[in-house]
Amino acid sequence: MIAFWVLAAMLIASAVWTIVAKKPVYSVVALLLNFATLAVLYVTLSAEFLAVIQIIVYSGAILVLFVFVIALLGSGVAPFPTGPNRLPKIWLPAGLFTLAAFGFLIYAVSNVKMAAAPATGAVGNANVFGSVADFGKALFTVQLLPFEATGLVLMVAVIGVITLGGEQMSDAEAQQSRMRADRAVREAILREGKG
Amino acid sequence: MSVPINDYVTLASVIFFIGVVGVIVRRNPLIMLMSVELMFNAANLLLIAYARLWLHNVGHIFAFIVITVAAAEAAIGLAIVVTTFRPEKYVDVDDIRRLHG
Repeated sequence: MIAFWVLAAMLIASAVWTIVAKKPVYSVVALLLNFATLAVLYVTLSAEFLAVIQIIVYSGAILVLFVFVIALLGSGVAPFPTGPNRLPKIWLPAGLFTLAAFGFLIYAVSNVKMAAAPATGAVGNANVFGSVADFGKALFTVQLLPFEATGLVLMVAVIGVITLGGEQMSDAEAQQSRMRADRAVREAILREGKG
Repeated sequence: MSVPINDYVTLASVIFFIGVVGVIVRRNPLIMLMSVELMFNAANLLLIAYARLWLHNVGHIFAFIVITVAAAEAAIGLAIVVTTFRPEKYVDVDDIRRLHG
């Protein structure tokens, strides 16, 4: 119970830090804190596999990607130069509206009557719930189709990134690089024959 | 579950809301993408909390798919950011006029 509130405070603080930080690298650090805290929260909800995936995929892959892009686009430590601010100066009414909407959201969420919690073990088995074995068994048997769909999603993402980031070669350049590759292969074969 | 489910819902909506504010207010495309990740995570937290409530791991499977989609989104989004903003002077989404025709 206390652990939940400590984790919740850390989650909210790091989320706020993410969106208010002037320098993008600080945002990444705050987001890293957020993801790590969330992984701990997943452990308290007995979602072992997802806690590990949260660390590996989010902190290990996605955030490193962010850091690389920050390094590519600018110095990283300095705030990025932004253009002139074209927003009209209505931050006071906008802020008040936001706070009102936020307060209403919190009020509504914390007062809605949720479906009653089922008796322990009503749906699944509390002893094996959330273990890696349980998750893996479900992933490769009953839920095989969603698993295959994630593979398709990742392949589409890879193709999209290659299409976006790949260099556009003109026909002459493509011909030249093909000829260079052919020549390299021929020379390699000749060398092999001599040796 | 010692913590009532309403608290999880409240926490997830607070984090989601912070992400929404980040996307709307910030003009740096990287921080906007990070705010989108915050929103994905809020949704994931709800899925996992409800999976724990009902002791059913289909919520875990769904959270797994959400993580995959978030990874794909980050990869494509960052590729777009790099190709769009490398020749630009400012890293600012308000400064992109290329789509206006």
